[in-house]
Amino acid sequence: MIQKWLKWLKVLPAAIFAAMTLAGCENYVVLQPKGPVAKTEYDLIVFSAIVCLGIILVVFALLFYIIWRYRDKPDNKAPYQPEWDDNKTIEIIWWAIPIVICMILGYSTAKTTYALAKGTGFHDSDKQPVTIQATSLDWKWLFTYPDDKVASVNEVVIPAGVPVKFELTTDAPMNSFWVPSLGGQIYTMPGMSMGLYLKADKPGVYYGSGANFSGEGFAHMKFKVIAKPENEYKQWVAQVKKSSPALTEKGYETLSKPGLTDKAFYSSYPNGLFEKIVKKNGGDFYKMHHMDTYKTHPDFGKDSMKDENGGSDMNMDMSH
Amino acid sequence: MWEKIKDFSSGFFVTGEPMIYGADVAIVLVSLAIVYVLTRYKKWGWLWREWLTTVDHKKIGIMYIIAALLMLFRGGVDALLMRTQLALPNQHFLDSNHYNEIFTTHGTIMILFMAMPLMFGLFNIAVPLQIGARDVAYPFLNAVSFWMFFFGALLFNLSFVIGGSPNAGWLSYPPLSEIPYSSGPGQNFYVWGINISGIGSTATGINFLVTILKMRAPGMKLMKMPLFTWSVLASCILIIFTFPVFTATLAMLYIDRFLGGHFFTMTGAGNPMMYINLIWMWGHPEVYIVVLPAFGIFSEVVATFSKKKIFGYKSMVFSLILISVISYFTWAHHFFTMGAGADVNTFFAIATMAIAIPTGVKIFNWLFTMYKGRIEFSQPMLWTIGFIVCFVIGGATGVMLSIAPADYQYHNSYFLIAHFHNTLIGGVVFAYLAGLIYWWPKMFGFKLNDRLGKWAFWFWNIGFYVCFLPQYALGFMGMTRRLYTYGWDRGWAPLNFVSTIGAFLMGIGFIFQAVQIIYSIKHGEKDTTGDPWNGRTLEWSIPSPAPHYNFAVVPYAPEQDAWWEMKKKMQDPDYKKEKVELEPIHMPKNTGIPFIMSFFWFIAGFGFTFEWVWMIVVGLIGVAATMFARSFQYDDDYYIPVEEIKETESAMGRVV
Repeated sequence: MIQKWLKWLKVLPAAIFAAMTLAGCENYVVLQPKGPVAKTEYDLIVFSAIVCLGIILVVFALLFYIIWRYRDKPDNKAPYQPEWDDNKTIEIIWWAIPIVICMILGYSTAKTTYALAKGTGFHDSDKQPVTIQATSLDWKWLFTYPDDKVASVNEVVIPAGVPVKFELTTDAPMNSFWVPSLGGQIYTMPGMSMGLYLKADKPGVYYGSGANFSGEGFAHMKFKVIAKPENEYKQWVAQVKKSSPALTEKGYETLSKPGLTDKAFYSSYPNGLFEKIVKKNGGDFYKMHHMDTYKTHPDFGKDSMKDENGGSDMNMDMSH
Repeated sequence: MWEKIKDFSSGFFVTGEPMIYGADVAIVLVSLAIVYVLTRYKKWGWLWREWLTTVDHKKIGIMYIIAALLMLFRGGVDALLMRTQLALPNQHFLDSNHYNEIFTTHGTIMILFMAMPLMFGLFNIAVPLQIGARDVAYPFLNAVSFWMFFFGALLFNLSFVIGGSPNAGWLSYPPLSEIPYSSGPGQNFYVWGINISGIGSTATGINFLVTILKMRAPGMKLMKMPLFTWSVLASCILIIFTFPVFTATLAMLYIDRFLGGHFFTMTGAGNPMMYINLIWMWGHPEVYIVVLPAFGIFSEVVATFSKKKIFGYKSMVFSLILISVISYFTWAHHFFTMGAGADVNTFFAIATMAIAIPTGVKIFNWLFTMYKGRIEFSQPMLWTIGFIVCFVIGGATGVMLSIAPADYQYHNSYFLIAHFHNTLIGGVVFAYLAGLIYWWPKMFGFKLNDRLGKWAFWFWNIGFYVCFLPQYALGFMGMTRRLYTYGWDRGWAPLNFVSTIGAFLMGIGFIFQAVQIIYSIKHGEKDTTGDPWNGRTLEWSIPSPAPHYNFAVVPYAPEQDAWWEMKKKMQDPDYKKEKVELEPIHMPKNTGIPFIMSFFWFIAGFGFTFEWVWMIVVGLIGVAATMFARSFQYDDDYYIPVEEIKETESAMGRVV
């Protein structure tokens, strides 16, 4: 009976594989990096996956060899030593192997973590980064453009080939800002302004979503990231300024109420809206807690500070 | 008047869902059936004397296991409902709120009301017997622990039909779990259900730590203890250091909710990050709390069914302790993406990877225990092999997740979901099922049916991979957890459909196990020897099921695998059994106080949940009164006379 079922075992991987291919290669967004951050993370994912796969295969081979060779059958001629329980040499070997593997992985982890925190591919870029502020609301994303003074909901347009500094906060329960094709996520948290550098190498439309559960409408917190060539980006800004309505204080109040909305564009938004949201949700208290960090940081007060701390830095970003 | 009652009950009872009404009816019918059977067969007294008031660790263990299996059923049904909803895009089987409640209760129940009690059940069954003790160090406290768990779980499960379930995720991050976003009683159910049973868990940790340190049979040095007992010791140390953190964190959350505190709200100078740090300072060690005993079980099973001494005993002990120490330094890997900065992320990433070192060593030691052994593919051994395959994959993906920059892409995606089910089902559930089958004859005196058990094993295993391997791929496709629905546009549909099939295969596996238990009660092979597996440790030296005083004579156990060594000596033709004089055995008396006290905790918890102050007062007065009563209970022990021991032993076919 069980033998019959074992036959099924062979069919199942094929079925899973079929389902995976059916899903289409282009849908594996994490494995199709479209920017330097995602590429760096992708390289690390592939490297660690290969190392881990190697370990898995070795252990499986050993396991199946042992259970086959030492199975309890009367005619099994393999040696049987019920008291053999100690061999220092081989034990030292398998304490050592995982230690070495962890050192290798640990080294590349540390290197990449610091590199990403500095902002991979940004300081070597000759282009001035664009800042875009993203606020997660119940249950939509608001994007404000402090450089161009426009705003949008559930769709963010960025210039391709230009580094973008996303500043993130929330006016609702915390969420997480994730655009898998461009790079890994950072949380949006109340009263804090978080930073995330991303860049799209080429024009395209990329999938983005909230990645941390935030209540009833969470599943609908998706947004599109549209990367346009720089001149088209400028045209888009001009277009929005000309033809879209303004986002007023009142309009924001309505927008921030729980509910779903479609995408929208605004020709302007209330001055300092993002900063006000941070402050309203306890930004001042947060500053108070972290006063020491401000004072002791060597770059305190310097303009360059923000950029160098880059990526996942939330300590310094309260100053504006 | 009528209007008032209507108003109250429409808020109090969960309404509007046909499935919930069905459950209401089922609950009422089952309760009536239980009352009827107990009355019809005059079993109320039996229930009270033999079970509700017992302080016998073996009976408490059995009650833990029964409760845990019921919770496995409940949590499993939650899982199947979720997978049904996600089988295809844009389904309307569950609405958002219902789905959110279900994933919250699924996680909470599986960890806290399934894994923990199943683990405590096995602690209770095996530890005293393995170390040659007659009970745990604090039998009364042991009963308190069980009943606190029981009523905590009952309170939590009530939320399903009364008041509404929590729906902010199994760890209830603020601000979502704070009043502005979750105003109903759901979150209060969460806090009190967990905290009432959490007090019991802390007490169990203390109880077993003391039991292991103080109550071992003469001659049994720490470094001669069975590895399961070692793993329990390591797990208990973790419990003692982490559960108080958990209890305090949830208490603070409740203060925020009930008294308008600001521990976790930014606007009052609090900080939600503090909650997230604290909850994971418990939460990460918690997974090691449940997985260390799992390692212990596998160590016993592998040695027994390879008919060989465990390989590298000292390494095994050292790696257990090392894992429990490092596990305190990994909590921040649950939020690499919250902007802690490169220094913090690197530290926690490397600490997390470091756990793989002792874990890997354990895997190799199990492999080399089998090497040059004689492997018998009994049910517990099958689960162990299934575990090694599953856990190696889960461990490898765990290492991948620990790499902080890569985690920015895995975080909260289905890759993560697949990973932790890989370790928690493959590691913890497989182990506890192996342990349950392994110690079953010791609990009940008969073996579980092999054929049905193997069916269950294959359904669980195949189902597991069909369910969770596609989820790794879904993670790479950008699918995040806790989505109640999704569209056709991202290409997620085929893999989700496959995953749902896998979940149902596991469900069939569970049905096989239920049938296996029922079938074996009638037709199971009786264990007349007390040693059905040719075991190695002391629990196999006494009859099955164990007499209530466990050991007629406390054994002398100076060697690792004490019972194995004794059996070897007995085979010697010159072996003569030493004549020992029986002595009266000192035992604790049954008491109803743990049950009554925990019941008052339940009353208080219910009051706290609905914020009814009068009920809180009644509950807490009851708790205080029962404690007071206990402190004047002097007549709490007795001696079993030698005659009775002799009778019991000879009835079980043993000559003393």
